[in-house]
Amino acid sequence: MNFEFTEEQLMIRDAARDFAQRELLPGVIERDEKAIYPTEQVQKLGELGFLGMLVGLDYDGGGMDTISYVLAMEEISKIDSSVSVIMSVNNSLVCWGVEKYGNEEQKQKYLKPMARGEKIGAFLLSEPEAGSDATSQRTTAVDMGDHYLVNGTKNWITSGKSASTYVVIAQTHPELKHRGINALIVEADSEGISVGPHENKMGMRASDTHSVMFNNVKVPKENLLGEEGFGFKFAMKSLEGGRIGIASQALGIASGAYELALKYAQERKAFGKEIINHQAIAFKLADMATEIEAARFFCLKAAWLKDQGKPYGHASAMAKLYAADTAMKVTTEAVQIHGGYGYVKEYHVERLMRDAKLTQIYEGTSEIQKIVISRGLVD
Amino acid sequence: MKILVCISNVPDTTTKVKFKDDHTSFDDSGVQWIINPWDELALTRALELKEDAGNSVNEICVIHVGAASADATLRKALAIGADKAIRIDACAADAYYVAGQIAEYLKENPFDIVFSGIESSDYNGSSVGAMIAEFMDYPGISSVTSVNLDDDDIQLTRAIPGGKQVLKTETPFVAVVQKGITNEPRIPAMRGIMMARKKPLEVKPAAEIEILTKSVKFELPAEKGACKMIEAESAEQLVELLKNEAKVL
Repeated sequence: MNFEFTEEQLMIRDAARDFAQRELLPGVIERDEKAIYPTEQVQKLGELGFLGMLVGLDYDGGGMDTISYVLAMEEISKIDSSVSVIMSVNNSLVCWGVEKYGNEEQKQKYLKPMARGEKIGAFLLSEPEAGSDATSQRTTAVDMGDHYLVNGTKNWITSGKSASTYVVIAQTHPELKHRGINALIVEADSEGISVGPHENKMGMRASDTHSVMFNNVKVPKENLLGEEGFGFKFAMKSLEGGRIGIASQALGIASGAYELALKYAQERKAFGKEIINHQAIAFKLADMATEIEAARFFCLKAAWLKDQGKPYGHASAMAKLYAADTAMKVTTEAVQIHGGYGYVKEYHVERLMRDAKLTQIYEGTSEIQKIVISRGLVD
Repeated sequence: MKILVCISNVPDTTTKVKFKDDHTSFDDSGVQWIINPWDELALTRALELKEDAGNSVNEICVIHVGAASADATLRKALAIGADKAIRIDACAADAYYVAGQIAEYLKENPFDIVFSGIESSDYNGSSVGAMIAEFMDYPGISSVTSVNLDDDDIQLTRAIPGGKQVLKTETPFVAVVQKGITNEPRIPAMRGIMMARKKPLEVKPAAEIEILTKSVKFELPAEKGACKMIEAESAEQLVELLKNEAKVL
């Protein structure tokens, strides 16, 4: 078993680290506080190829493996998880799905610009009455012969306003229940689409999260992804890979908070010595480091399985569950280690703690991950 | 026009420096190697010039004198955007040796412009660029903070005490560049990283060049004394310490 990274993987990790330090760190607190969309940062991220890392070179992507993606996501997320969620959705949910299941015309028209970072993709599954229970979704895509007519509301959509390309999950044949659901590529400027206000979130505040309403939106038949009735399976398969992205994001949030806490503990003095030399703090840091390393192994194992073409849904669920819970624990402890300073906005750890919470909720709650894992135990 | 950028392979700036063999050589175990920061700036500027449609720069190569352990660093230079890398397979014994090797390569493979970073972050010799110019009998311009090639009209700016000097020259020349030559070193793009292995990395045997120096011993600087904190209101105490303890007043 080889635990060494390749030269390319290390280069990618270092590039992501340098980018995060240089382009994301300046202004990250203000962008979070004022919920300012990171337009310039996302553009530069796209120019470097981070938004299409996993897309094949033939489709203007980076042609990278999932391990490289985990490494890059961790580094970006250490500094700015608002940016890393945009990166994760574009890579794991939208680009992956279109490349895997789209036809050649769809790849040329929609995948390439997203891979180059010229356009942003969004994944529209959740609805006001259908979150974890995706089969209860009510958005319809009625077959009108030469097009689908889409009506409904999707919510909690990352990049809901900034995206040009939506992948929308909608019901075409309700009598077939989840087998009557389709996945459609919808251009965000289509007539009949309206976007709700920017959600005022607890964390990851700079990423734009919106409701998206569809009122008699016409979608050409050629924008169907995969076969008729494949939409639910498409969504579930996309989320399997998306979990690796979010697990890596949670890993990055945790390791970012840990690094800050470690540095602080070596500088802050109490009772005559640096607080890292007090066992209460040293043991916290030891636990944090251990849990982060375990989360990293979960993420890398899931990534490795995906790269090998092996089933990875079980592993990615474990990775997301563990990494998200680790992020919550580690960031809470990081705030604790910082004491009063951890509670003020000038220090990054309070933001990381707020960011961590969402990783336990979106792209499959921790409870849903436990369902996936427990079902996989008996399969 | 072709630009050759000299690349040093140096320890990462967070490296804890240690020596071995009774302090006669650098202990490189566990060291993370990087492109010398000034050479990285030089490479970035070279790439900017190539991308600028207003000149005829069409090829950027990087050259390094060293062992195969530097290949990863050279591939990073290729990932950043260099077209070709050349490694002279030799131990970089001293600045004269390194400059001599590069000069021998240049005699067989002429370039219009040679960039060299003003110093390497490990040995800080600040010699190689000027020595290459001397070996090749090229104009050698030091402390260069800008290079412009609009319509191939060469204009350089160099820092001088109290100001700057603007120079014109003709190819071939050596520019020893420093901070200010460009804003920031370039981060390699994802496609660049994946394409790096497909670009040529030529390994050349070393030429016969004399080694003029030998390191006798390395020593770490003496540890700095502990910092004494003086309250802002205690100016008199500060003056007293500076006068009687530090003896600098």
